[in-house]
Amino acid sequence: MRIFIQQLIFGIQLGSLYALIALGYTMVYGVLSLINFAHGDVYMVGAYIGFYACTYWLPFQRISADPHAAVMNIVLAVVVLLLSMLMCGALGVVIERFAYRPLRNGLGITDAHFWGFALSLPVAFHFHLFHKVSDGAGRFLFGIMWFLLIGVIVGYALRPVIRWISLRTVLSPSRLNALITAIGVSLLLENGGWLVFGPNPEFIGTMVPEKNFKILGGVIINSSQLAILVISLILMLILRHIVLHTRTGKAMRAISHDIEAAKMMGINTDKVISVTFAIGGALAGAGGMMVGVLTHVQITPLFGLLPGIKAFVAAVIGGPGNIPGAVLGGIIMGVAEAFVGGSSFSTYRDAIAFTILIIILLVRPAGLLGRNVAEKV
Amino acid sequence: MKGIHRLVAGILGVGLILSGCGCRSHGVKIGGPGGLQEIPVGDFSSLTGDTATFGTSTHNGLALAIEQANAAGGVKDLPIKLYTEDDQSMPDVARTVVTKLITEDHVIAVVGEVASTRSLAAAPICQQYKIPMITPASTNPAVTQKGDYIFRTCFTDDFQAAVMAHFARDQGYKRVAVFKDIRNDYSMGIAKIFEAEFTNLGGTITGEQTYQEGDTDFKAQLNSLKGQNPDAVLIPGYYSEVGTIARQAREIGLNVPLLGCDGWDSPKLIQAAGNALNGCYFSDHYFSKDIKDPAMQKFFADYKAKYGYSPDALAALGFDAGNLLVDALKRAKSLTPADLRDAIATTKDFPGITGKITIDANRNARKAAIIMKIVGEKKVLYKVYTPEEIDQ
Repeated sequence: MRIFIQQLIFGIQLGSLYALIALGYTMVYGVLSLINFAHGDVYMVGAYIGFYACTYWLPFQRISADPHAAVMNIVLAVVVLLLSMLMCGALGVVIERFAYRPLRNGLGITDAHFWGFALSLPVAFHFHLFHKVSDGAGRFLFGIMWFLLIGVIVGYALRPVIRWISLRTVLSPSRLNALITAIGVSLLLENGGWLVFGPNPEFIGTMVPEKNFKILGGVIINSSQLAILVISLILMLILRHIVLHTRTGKAMRAISHDIEAAKMMGINTDKVISVTFAIGGALAGAGGMMVGVLTHVQITPLFGLLPGIKAFVAAVIGGPGNIPGAVLGGIIMGVAEAFVGGSSFSTYRDAIAFTILIIILLVRPAGLLGRNVAEKV
Repeated sequence: MKGIHRLVAGILGVGLILSGCGCRSHGVKIGGPGGLQEIPVGDFSSLTGDTATFGTSTHNGLALAIEQANAAGGVKDLPIKLYTEDDQSMPDVARTVVTKLITEDHVIAVVGEVASTRSLAAAPICQQYKIPMITPASTNPAVTQKGDYIFRTCFTDDFQAAVMAHFARDQGYKRVAVFKDIRNDYSMGIAKIFEAEFTNLGGTITGEQTYQEGDTDFKAQLNSLKGQNPDAVLIPGYYSEVGTIARQAREIGLNVPLLGCDGWDSPKLIQAAGNALNGCYFSDHYFSKDIKDPAMQKFFADYKAKYGYSPDALAALGFDAGNLLVDALKRAKSLTPADLRDAIATTKDFPGITGKITIDANRNARKAAIIMKIVGEKKVLYKVYTPEEIDQ
């Protein structure tokens, strides 16, 4: 019984993380019917932001006997969480603006400058202008300056090219194009991660004091696990408030019902889609930061690959586009993984998670909470 | 549509350029064996990737040995040139770079790899081209079974696992659980032999659980092991996961000593584990700052002078492999791979700093092992086991 409850608690904690990532998948699917495969990599970036903030950017102190240092570190950790959410939200917006929006609305002049910077990245790397953050702030900033300079020049050079392309573009909003672009962005973030963050795994040391709590009959809850659970819950409640009780949330729901009709009602759909990506990115960033800082796992550029896939499965189990469904799906995935992982079949725990997906989809093709909508062909 | 296609082409182009960055090329080309101006020796190591500290250490030790040999006049009046390739901690890449070392750099010997999985990937290639390969630190028995050109200058997992089984008994542990990495030849090999040996010695294996390299959450498996009430848990894995496992074990209240093997030996282990490994033990190669041997102390000083930090056991193994190779090159009748192979095979009582090395009929070395204890955030020498003690 003790083991059962203990595994259940692990499962819910793991599931709350999957749910955080799954929310981003499901919200984007809701408004755009797009599976944003780059979402798991945003989670990875969140973990790296946590790493750099804890190790280099913020004055974390070694926690020892000094209670002031411990309190100070907790405050700083909250700052890191907000920073990670902010930067990952911004990353989500950038991905949407420059990778997905041109597929819907066609290319504009701003895109020329974005691609200028995007092309400047490999050029700068090829000539070894970039340095890792760990090589020293001066050299790192110098590399960034070169990158910006080349980016601006290439961007202006691209302007006529982009204009030429945009005049000859016939838009055909195809889901497949967007999907392939999403895979491309995901690969770009992963392989770009090898270059920017370096290939060696990083660890975040103990930044926040940890404590084990014993509850009913020997079940142990660790303060870090509790923090992950509570923060995830708070973020989900905030999300619920935004979606149900704000104008933006209402607009989001309207778009997910019918984007064309929403446009005709005067909703600025592009802006709302941007907000959706920002929220999704921020949630993933929070998840990545919490895993990195509170559970001390090794962080690599492929850090988001498996959690991303599992969260995607969670979103599908719950019914894509359905927010409570994503949370439910995440918890199911987490609990299933914990129970299978604790049994003698631990080797097959990923296989069993996907088997659950297949069974649920056989019984309820639209997911647990999804509605079956006949699609006009 | 046209525009979108171009966009996709653009993305692909960016990807191509990005993937092209990793290439490196050597300017020096060597002629046939007749016109040697230097002795080309290949070295493939995991300088980056999951187990980067392993490859960096053996490479540094090897490079130091070659440098000292060249400073002392080289071999047969020729300097040794070391061709180094990074396999990025990936077996596929190891296969590619070893092929490159042999076919393009025309090396006459290959030194390489710590991880058994990568040595196992490279060994058949060396055997196929009949180029002697010396692995400084791969302990899986299967490595040298790949053919008569494959040698090892450290002990094997059979021995290491037996040492841990004896140690567990000597510590008075009756019930030991095993937590192994299912995707790692090294981990699976040690777990199997440890379980057999420990049961032989009268102990009980309470159960086993598995994880995979790259996993981040181990709490479910650890909790199930905790339910078996073991006296200790053997985790024959690499430092990249062990630190996280140790932390999570303490988080769920699994407070028994954790036992490990030489895969734990990395400066990053403590960084990853914090103080979670306090009071744990791991078997390692015969190398420690606490061993008062002049050759070992000299190596410590030389290594620190060259690289600015203290060597670990893997650096010493790389150093020994390099010196053994230099010794074999000196004894070889000619500088052809076949003669070099014979010279390596007849190595007897070579005075390495990690123990006397005699290459046996199976092309393995028999050497003593030590047990390191982790005290706070430091590793200290705890015990020494010689092959003779284990054989009894």
